[in-house]
Amino acid sequence: MKTTESHTNLTASASASPNPEISPNSDPFADAKILIDSHDSALGLHIRELWSFRELLLFLTWRDIKLRYKQTALGATWVIIQPLFAMLLFTLFFGKLARMPSDNVPYPLFAYAGLVPWTFFSNAITNSGHSLVGNANLISKVYFPRIYIPAGAVGAGILDFAIAALLLVPMLFYYKVALTWQLLLMPMFAGLATALALAVGMWLAALNVKYRDIRYAIPFLVQLWLFASPVIYPASLVPAKWKWVLAINPMTGVIEGFRSSVLGTPLDAATILTSVVVTLIILIFSFVAFRRVEDSFADVV
Amino acid sequence: MKPIIAVEGLGKRYRLGGQTHNSLRDAVASIVRAPLKRFRSSSSPKTLWALKDVSFEVAPGEVVGIIGRNGAGKSTLLKILSQITRPTTGRVALNGRVGSLLEVGTGFHSELTGRENVFLNGAILGMTRAEIQRKFDEIVSFAETEQFLDTPVKHYSSGMTVRLAFAVAAHLEPEILIIDEVLTIGDVEFQKKCLGKMDEVTRAGRTVLFVSHDLNSVNAICERALLLHEGQIVKSGVTADVTRYYLDHSNSMFSPITWSTRPDAEAKEIQLNSISAWQNGMATSAINCREPFTIHVDYVINDPVRGSRFYLVFRDEHGEIIFTTSDYDVMTSEAMTRRPGRFISRVEIPGGLLKEGAYYASLGVDVRDNPKLVFAADDALHFDVFEPEDDIQAGRHKRAGGIAPLLNWEISEISLGK
Repeated sequence: MKTTESHTNLTASASASPNPEISPNSDPFADAKILIDSHDSALGLHIRELWSFRELLLFLTWRDIKLRYKQTALGATWVIIQPLFAMLLFTLFFGKLARMPSDNVPYPLFAYAGLVPWTFFSNAITNSGHSLVGNANLISKVYFPRIYIPAGAVGAGILDFAIAALLLVPMLFYYKVALTWQLLLMPMFAGLATALALAVGMWLAALNVKYRDIRYAIPFLVQLWLFASPVIYPASLVPAKWKWVLAINPMTGVIEGFRSSVLGTPLDAATILTSVVVTLIILIFSFVAFRRVEDSFADVV
Repeated sequence: MKPIIAVEGLGKRYRLGGQTHNSLRDAVASIVRAPLKRFRSSSSPKTLWALKDVSFEVAPGEVVGIIGRNGAGKSTLLKILSQITRPTTGRVALNGRVGSLLEVGTGFHSELTGRENVFLNGAILGMTRAEIQRKFDEIVSFAETEQFLDTPVKHYSSGMTVRLAFAVAAHLEPEILIIDEVLTIGDVEFQKKCLGKMDEVTRAGRTVLFVSHDLNSVNAICERALLLHEGQIVKSGVTADVTRYYLDHSNSMFSPITWSTRPDAEAKEIQLNSISAWQNGMATSAINCREPFTIHVDYVINDPVRGSRFYLVFRDEHGEIIFTTSDYDVMTSEAMTRRPGRFISRVEIPGGLLKEGAYYASLGVDVRDNPKLVFAADDALHFDVFEPEDDIQAGRHKRAGGIAPLLNWEISEISLGK
C-alpha cells in the first residue's frame, strides 16, 4: 500500500460520519500509516513491510520442514534417497553403459555432486510452485506479504540440501579426492541455487494461482531442465562455440560451480558470471511480476 | 480527533463467471478471440458490485458494529480493510496496526501441536517471536488448553481449536481489531469470556470493528453501528437505532427478491411478497441448530385458486437437497380453494435436526389442476445454521447423512449384568 496522498475530498467522508468527535479539518489520508488505494500506480517494493514480517519467513520455513517430517514415514531419509538413487541410475546408464565423460572425476561422485544442487532446485521450484494454491485458505483470510509463502517453501529445502551435501564427505574420502580452498566457495553456489529457485518458484506460484495448468507443467519443466543442465554430462562436453547457450541456463553455473568447489576442479568464471547475471535478472523480473499480481490472489485463488 | 480508520468511496467489483481464465488454454483462446470481441459490445462480462461507494470514519477507541444480511458486503468490506483484497474504487487510511479475526484458526495446521500453532498463527497475524513468547502463558491459560499443548490440533475438539485461535488473535494487541462472527462459535461460557476480553481490549483504547449476525452481541458491545445492504451503507449511527431500523426493515432486507414486481403472467393469481427465516422472534439468517426456527412466506392471493400447493426445497451449500416440505402436510383435501387476501404461511423446522452449514431454500407454488408451474424462486432464502455448544452432541455434525437429528434413545436394562 502507498504511504501518502495529499488531495482528498473531505466533505464527502466527513458528512457520512455521524461521529462528532472527528473534526473535518484533519485529513486522515495525508499521513496515514497504511493507505489502501484502488490505484496503486507506484510499484513500491514495500521493503519496510517485508522487514517487519521477516520472522514469518522463518516460521513458514519451519512449518514446511516440520510438516514434511511429521507426515512422512522415512522423514529425512528421503533427502538422501532421492539423489542417491538418481546417482546409482545415472552411474549405471550414463557412466557405465554410455561411458559419459566426467572431467576425470569418478562418475558416481561427479553425478552426485551435480545431483545435490539439482535435487534441491527441482524440489524447491516444485514445492514453491504449488505453495500459493496449497495455502489458499491462508491467503483468503489473513494479510501478510505473500512472497513469504513461496520463499518459505524454498527455505524448507535448504535443510535437505545441507543433509544431502553431507553425504559428499564420505564419498570424497572413498574416492580419495582432496579438498581444496575452493570448498569455501560452496556456500556461494548454494546461495545462487537458492536465489534462482526463489525466482523461478515465485513466478510459477503466481502463475499457478491463475492458471491451474501450471501444476501439470511443472514436472515437465523440471524434466526438461534437468537435461538442459550439466548434471548427467559435464559442461565441457558442449563445443566451445555453443558454451554460451548452456551458460544462459543459470543452473549451469550453479551445478558446475558447486561441483568444482567440492571436487576442486577448475572453475569457469565466464559461465558462472553469466549465471549470476541471468539469475539476478530473473529474480528482479519475478519479484516485480509477483508484486503486480499479489493483490488479486485472494480474489482468484 | 483524527480518525483511526477513514474510508472514502470504497467499492469492490467482482466479475461473475467468464473472464477469469482458469486454464492457459482459455487465456490463449481469449487472446485469439480478443480482436473480434471489441465489436461485440453486448458480450461484456457480468459484474457484481459487492461494495459500492462506502464512506465512513472511525475514531480511535470506538467499537463499531457492522450488520447486514448475508451478501450485504460485510465480508468484502472487512477483506479490504484487512488488506486481503484491493478495492476497485476509493481508498482507506488506517492509522495503526490491523489485526483481523476474519476466521479464527486461519493458518492452524492440524498436524502441528497447539504450541506450534500458537507461534505460527501469531507470526501470520503479525506478531514477533519475542511478543508471542511474552504472551504465551496468557494465551494458553485464556484458551484453557494447557494440558493439550503438545498434542496435534487434529485431536482437539472444534471448540478447543476455536478457543486457542481466538486467544492468539485476542492477544495480538493491534490498534485496530477486526472481528467477524467469532462469537457465534464456542460454548456460551467461552463466548462470555470473549466478550469480556473484547471489553478489555476496547478499554485499553483499541478500536474494534465487529461484524455479526447476532444483534444482541452487537447491541451489547458496540456504541455505533453501520448497516450494510446490497453493498451500501443504508443506516449508521447509535447501535440501538441501527439495529431497530434493521429489524423494522428486515422483511425487505431478508428477501433477496421483491416478487410483487414480477411481470410473470402465470403469477397473477398468487403474488409472493417475501420469504424470511425467524428464530426467537427475530428475522435472522443465523440459525442456532438446537432451537426450532420458522420460515415465513408472505404472499397475496388475487383470485381464488383451487388445489394449489406451496413447497419449500432446502439445499445445502453443495446444492444437495436436504429435504422438501409442502403445506399439503396440514391440508385435508388436495382440492382446497384458497381465498383472496394477503397471507403469511409459517412453517416451523424443529431444532436439533439440521447440520451446521449454509442452506438455501427454494420456494415453489404449483396447482394440481393446472400443470403449468405457477411460481418458483430458486435459492430465494439463504441462512446459516450454527452450533452454539461444545458438548458431546456437537459431534453429530460430523456424522454421515444429510441431516443430524437429535433423537430420543431409550436405553432400558433387560437383565442384570455381573
